[in-house]
Amino acid sequence: MIQQIIFIIVAAAALGYAARQFLRVRRNILLGQDEATTGDPGARWSNVLLVAFGQKKMFKRWIPAVFHFFIYAAFLITQIELIEIFIDGIFGVHRFFASGLGGFYTFVISFIEILSLLAFVATIIFLARRNALKLPRFHKPEMKGWPKLDGNLILIFELILLVGIFSMNGADMVLQSRGVEHYSDTGNLAVSSWLGPALFGGLSDGTLVAVERFGWWLHLIMVFVFLNYLPKSKHLHIVLAFPNTYFARLRPRGEMENMPEIMNEVKSMMGLGDDTGEADLSMEEELPEFGANDVFTMSWKNVLGAYACTECGRCTAVCPANITGKKLSPRKIMMDIRDRAEEIGQRLDSGNKEFARDPEQPLSKENYEDGKSLFDYISREEIHACTTCNACVEACPVLINPLEPILKMRRYEILTESAGPSDWLPMFNSIENQGAAWAMNIDREQWTRE
Amino acid sequence: MTAEGTSPEILFWVGCAGSFDDRAQRITRAFATILQAAEISFAILGNEESCTGDPARRAGNEFLFQMSALQNIEVLNRYEIKKIVTACPHCFNTLKNEYPALGGNYEVIHHTQFLQELIDQGRLKLKEGGTFKGKKITYHDSCYMGRINGVYEAPRSVLAQLDADLVEMKRSRKNGLCCGAGGAQMWKEDEPGDKRINTERVEEALGTGAEAIVANCPFCITMLNDGVTAKEKQESVMVYDLSEMIVNNLQ
Ligand code: SF4
Ligand code: SF4
Repeated sequence: MIQQIIFIIVAAAALGYAARQFLRVRRNILLGQDEATTGDPGARWSNVLLVAFGQKKMFKRWIPAVFHFFIYAAFLITQIELIEIFIDGIFGVHRFFASGLGGFYTFVISFIEILSLLAFVATIIFLARRNALKLPRFHKPEMKGWPKLDGNLILIFELILLVGIFSMNGADMVLQSRGVEHYSDTGNLAVSSWLGPALFGGLSDGTLVAVERFGWWLHLIMVFVFLNYLPKSKHLHIVLAFPNTYFARLRPRGEMENMPEIMNEVKSMMGLGDDTGEADLSMEEELPEFGANDVFTMSWKNVLGAYACTECGRCTAVCPANITGKKLSPRKIMMDIRDRAEEIGQRLDSGNKEFARDPEQPLSKENYEDGKSLFDYISREEIHACTTCNACVEACPVLINPLEPILKMRRYEILTESAGPSDWLPMFNSIENQGAAWAMNIDREQWTRE
Repeated sequence: MTAEGTSPEILFWVGCAGSFDDRAQRITRAFATILQAAEISFAILGNEESCTGDPARRAGNEFLFQMSALQNIEVLNRYEIKKIVTACPHCFNTLKNEYPALGGNYEVIHHTQFLQELIDQGRLKLKEGGTFKGKKITYHDSCYMGRINGVYEAPRSVLAQLDADLVEMKRSRKNGLCCGAGGAQMWKEDEPGDKRINTERVEEALGTGAEAIVANCPFCITMLNDGVTAKEKQESVMVYDLSEMIVNNLQ
């Protein structure tokens, strides 16, 4: 009875706190601008199935893909066992499904055990890869401090969780074999039927009961820790990879998002107008802002991408600018957007009027000004180094597009600030005045006269 | 164009590099020669052509892009252009993927695709065993034809006609490494770093032992040329556009 009460309290607290955190993440993502989702939903679902569920893009590199798949599959499938843990916990029963499902139960739990064992091996390999092998993509400047710790912590959590599962099942196996009452027959589980006796065979019944309970609680507590840790971690991708692949852009890669406000303005300047009356950019209004300098002016889909980022660095590893030692790292761009969104989120939650544009009004997305912007995180040098080669877009296993925010920041710089590299000015001038990307003293037909 | 009463099969969009850059002019002439050899009637816009606006747009200058693009679309629509071929992947991409949103809808093909069509249709006859027969060559995928528009096979199948020994670089097709010119980098100094992107790419290309590096983009060709020169290999390794490889082998 006491166990049941403790279970319900712990579960409610953990789930409640997690829900709050997930809602905050959602709020932070929606700090970005609205963007409609157009295009064929069928193509979107196929991205979710192939890229998120099927991890298609991971399989460009077989070895990490297979190990990652073990961990991922074990994660998905243990959720089934979690249902039983909840039922057992609330009603004070033991292995609720075992008697009803019989052989099928043995099969399912054995399957989970095999995957868990594979995941255990994979986790240890990943820990070694992250720390012993000097894979450059795990040791870039943006991976110092918290991101590095985060990557290791999650693997350690995974190990603890697996220890919980195997202690619970292993002790249970031994107790069953001794015919101890209350431990209903589960059949021979694939891993713990040999691992259990090997590890715990010499223990007394009383100790075994304690080990079984310890494993059960450890498993559960780690699940709750995990759930509450996710929103702070790159591991949020196990949730957000799904919406991110669904909302990923379907339009041609080579098409930069059109800016109808500017198009219409130019059309009316050139006398091409579909003259629908008001000139949008009249001088009476506040000067319009173009492009993006902050989370507020990015699309919410860019911010979703930032929260979905796995920090794997596949983008950075193929970025020609990064490869040749430039400061630009597409992964850092996504991490910076997330960090900035977190900063704004925390400041909004603080309710501190210092951050209000108008101190009379409550702090909100619309009424917010902290004197900072994404340019405090991402330097000009970084956005200027991009060749728009799309290698990062191609590489990303969860269909994040790091190029889009870079180009939006370039637009902000040129259109809103009238800044940007001075090297570009002669090109701008000659396009404007001569219709050519270089100032030339020959005409376009010169090549025909030879 | 203005004077002709007949409507040509196709408009050849020459682009800024193809019109003004010495090296790229040679590509333009090569491609025009091929078109004539295949008896394709084509037109050019000449001085009515303007920059597509690609470098302005990628630099972030949307105003300038719109000005340039809308002006071009006006001209193209006035001549009722239906089909455009170009030897520049940046022009190709902008004409094909970006002009529709501004009211310019054309069938746009890149010269590598067009060359493949002509060869497949038998409109272009090549000599048996030309200059490159049995020689090692390598092919550089431009970002704007390759990864961005998914054209990997057309240029390779054209090259296959030359009986050359095509050696792929490790980073090719989807994983092709940029030459460093895109995104308006062509018009500015590099940001601080360890080396130039074209050097990195040329080192890889030279590593294949190829005698010729073939590309499909005037900007890539400038970059690769510079890289080869920086490595002092300009005597032994040539950088060619696909059309130059073909024009040498016309019957
Ligand atoms: S598009 Fe830009 S950021 Fe992405 S890989 Fe290419 S150069 Fe790097
Ligand atoms: S953007 Fe994509 S490829 Fe880059 S680090 Fe994040 S998840 Fe990995």
